[in-house]
Amino acid sequence: MSGGVRHLYVHLPFCGHRCGYCDFVTVVGRRGQHERYVDALLAELELEAGLLAPHLETVFLGGGTPTFTEPAALRRLLRRMPRADEVTVEANPETVTPALARMLRDEGVTRVSLGAQSFQPHLLAVLERHARPEHVRTAFYHLRDAGFDNISLDLIYGIPGQGPAELHADIDEALSLGAEHLSCYELEAKRGTRFAHAHGAELARQAEAMEDYFEAVVGRLTAAGYRWYETANFCRAAETAGGRDLRSRHNLAYWLGRDYLGIGIGAVSTVAALRWRNTPRLPGYLSAVGSDASPPREVEELSVDVRGRERVMLGLRLDDPFLINGDEHLVDREALERLLRLGLVTRVGDELTLSSRGRLLGGGVTAELLA
Amino acid sequence: MQQDRIRNFSIIAHIDHGKSTLADRILELTDTVSGRQMRDQVLDSMELERERGITIKAQAVRVAWKGHQLNLIDTPGHVDFTYEVSRSLQACDGAMLVVDAGQGVEAQTVANAYLAIDNDLELLPVVNKIDLPQADPERAAQELADLIGGDAGDVVRISAKTGQGVEAVLDAVIERVPPPSGAADAPPRALIFDSSYDQYRGVVAFVRIVDGSFRQRERLLAMAEGTRFEAEELGFFSPTMQASGTLGAGEVGYVITGLKDVSRLRVGDTLTSVERPATEALPGYKDVKPMVFAGLFPTDSDDYPDLRDALEKLKLNDASLFYEPETSQALGFGFRCGFLGLLHMEIVRERLEREFDLDLLVTAPNVAYRVLTKDGREVEVHNPAEMPSEIERVDEPYIRASIIVPKEYVGPVMELCTERRGRFDHMEYLSEQRAVLIYELPLAEVVVDFYDQLKSRTRGYASFDYDIVGFREGDLVRLDVLIAGEPVDALSLILHRDSAYGRGRALVDKLREEIPRQLFDVPVQAAIGSRVIARETIKAKRKDVLAKCYGGDITRKRKLLERQKAGKRRMKQVGAVEVPQEAFLAVLNLQGSK
Repeated sequence: MSGGVRHLYVHLPFCGHRCGYCDFVTVVGRRGQHERYVDALLAELELEAGLLAPHLETVFLGGGTPTFTEPAALRRLLRRMPRADEVTVEANPETVTPALARMLRDEGVTRVSLGAQSFQPHLLAVLERHARPEHVRTAFYHLRDAGFDNISLDLIYGIPGQGPAELHADIDEALSLGAEHLSCYELEAKRGTRFAHAHGAELARQAEAMEDYFEAVVGRLTAAGYRWYETANFCRAAETAGGRDLRSRHNLAYWLGRDYLGIGIGAVSTVAALRWRNTPRLPGYLSAVGSDASPPREVEELSVDVRGRERVMLGLRLDDPFLINGDEHLVDREALERLLRLGLVTRVGDELTLSSRGRLLGGGVTAELLA
Repeated sequence: MQQDRIRNFSIIAHIDHGKSTLADRILELTDTVSGRQMRDQVLDSMELERERGITIKAQAVRVAWKGHQLNLIDTPGHVDFTYEVSRSLQACDGAMLVVDAGQGVEAQTVANAYLAIDNDLELLPVVNKIDLPQADPERAAQELADLIGGDAGDVVRISAKTGQGVEAVLDAVIERVPPPSGAADAPPRALIFDSSYDQYRGVVAFVRIVDGSFRQRERLLAMAEGTRFEAEELGFFSPTMQASGTLGAGEVGYVITGLKDVSRLRVGDTLTSVERPATEALPGYKDVKPMVFAGLFPTDSDDYPDLRDALEKLKLNDASLFYEPETSQALGFGFRCGFLGLLHMEIVRERLEREFDLDLLVTAPNVAYRVLTKDGREVEVHNPAEMPSEIERVDEPYIRASIIVPKEYVGPVMELCTERRGRFDHMEYLSEQRAVLIYELPLAEVVVDFYDQLKSRTRGYASFDYDIVGFREGDLVRLDVLIAGEPVDALSLILHRDSAYGRGRALVDKLREEIPRQLFDVPVQAAIGSRVIARETIKAKRKDVLAKCYGGDITRKRKLLERQKAGKRRMKQVGAVEVPQEAFLAVLNLQGSK
């Protein structure tokens, strides 16, 4: 029996250290449990295998720090992964050795997403990142040497203490490496994180400057030949990349509102009218899956309308036009007229496209647009 | 009761000079109530009264003293209620004029003393609180004697708190207040001096019988209104309702009418008998017109029906409250309400919020304007948004203000009155320490923050009262506020041309602070007609999007978006601009100060 889900997310929660700003499901250290966790992942995958299509488009190993996982355990996991056109692994620079890069390549990984965040030592320190700028560069070279031709760098802007000059220096560094893909996020101090406690006031103060930073990021990267294909994501444009489409296919699946299966602690799946989130607690997960049961889950039912609204919300993050056909009842016609007049949205037939300014204001535009 | 054994009187006093304590002491001394009962029955707040199911407040209490029937008629104590004071006084033949031995004569004392004199009442000057350490009974007595003409030696010195001298006051009432005149055998006539509404028994009229007598079950006629009804019950308060079957000439009491519509029985009308009608009505009251207006809007538009019901209920017991539906583009459905004055407005607002649990947005108060348009029409304007654009002239109400102040504060008070376009009339010294300043001021300058300013510039020592003296031409303009080119009706103001620029600038600055940035530039302007006198621009937002959104974030992001959407629904829409209620509140607060 097989289903139709063509996108698989695998959560590897282990980290050497929990960074102050992080609100992902992470587990520090626990090297002794890595093998056992991989066993559990494979058991959960077996349990849900019926949902997956015979051939997957994408597999994404995220974390945590997937490359912090014991290499033997990671290798075993990769070997048991279903075949897919795009296999991405997230990596932290300081964990990427030539041997690890080769192993990833050998085990079928096609794309690596490197958590660079910044190239400024003092800003990395504020973020509590253990990597140093040279780690980012050497990790990148190790990956290239191992044969990776699709590398993504994560950058964070709006770090407390980051002036415009430092932002431009980070963009310069990223551009000089020539990564195929860049993800650029404004630093968010999520409630309850140590970081929000320590830097919340500073972040609030600099909120207005972030408008300039966001515009600078979009301006510099598009001028350098990158395609701003999603609110926070850029890839080298096909014409400067030998015609390759370098968008993250896995993440595109989210933004196009497709079904996906997520396994591991805290992982979220969305299949048809259901969305579920696995328990974020390692012991509970291990014991349930160890006895061939599904892990404890929070289940949310999604109506057709809710999935439609999510499609609008996510689809408008992309540079590709959004096909409104079929979702028209979800849109407030008057608001649409207003947005068209303001030049934030353009419409050609059934296709809605946000202007550059419309995309910078995407949240507000979507809130207006949804009926 | 024989007419010559009846005395009708009231107590008039400045706020806190001890009117209620004296009333309580009289009830106690005359064995009308015990001390314990008194606190329960007499001093009850309106809320408590309702909890006990008593919705009628005693307006007149009958007590017995040395073979006489004394009717103590209640009067409201504040400047806004001068009109009500005067109609209560018309039911009396005498009044105690009570002054605090520490404070001396205050502006309200003066105003009420003149009212009493105008009504030909016998005045009994009383100095209260002589037990207090800071009391100066001699000075207070001299001020009283100077005020009403007479000898300081005739002023009764009492302490309502300890009871000292209260018997002497009651004796003085019998000796000095004349018994009611009026013909016991003439066709019956009674003056309605107040009314109240009870949900079970309908309109209850408070009456002073002038001629003849009335019987229970008798068919009565309200002469001016032409309303006929049967007197379901007659009686008096002592202090609770006591049915008496009849009320005779000179007596004060109540008539339960069974009427369900308050408008059919107006205060000031004359009651007579259908069978034995009088030919001539008693001199009535002049119809009082509200002078201060404001828009009242529910914070939550769903509460509009509740606000309407609440106003209807208040109106039953407050004939002077005026209201009509008003629709504001910015604030939605509400009511334009007319009040006798600022205190009246405050009381109504407070009762709506406290007793009816409503959350209200109240626009800046304005006065009534009489406008002559260029095409020769005369209109009265109660709402700045309705001010015609082609104006020949505008007249605004003026008051004659009396301000009593210790002499060292004469300077600051004159300064304040000048700032408020006041015209000095004259000044007199009440004593070596205190002066009365008489000014004529536009009412509009007094309804906004005048009283607070007066108090703060005199360390609280000034007291203030006023009479409306008529309408006069003013150099007035309508100041409009425009957001993204749309006039915001609820924020329009009528004000003197000289202060338009400053107010316009302040309003625009405040709105720029309070209105969140939108998806587009929003100009905020203050304008007189088509002339913009102040302008600011709220620059468009340049970023409004959540940085990250992946598979695990979708539900949370969707909920954030739904919250953002719900937040928008709570905003007030001015054209395409979303203005949070708080912005209106901030601006209305700004308008409520100078």
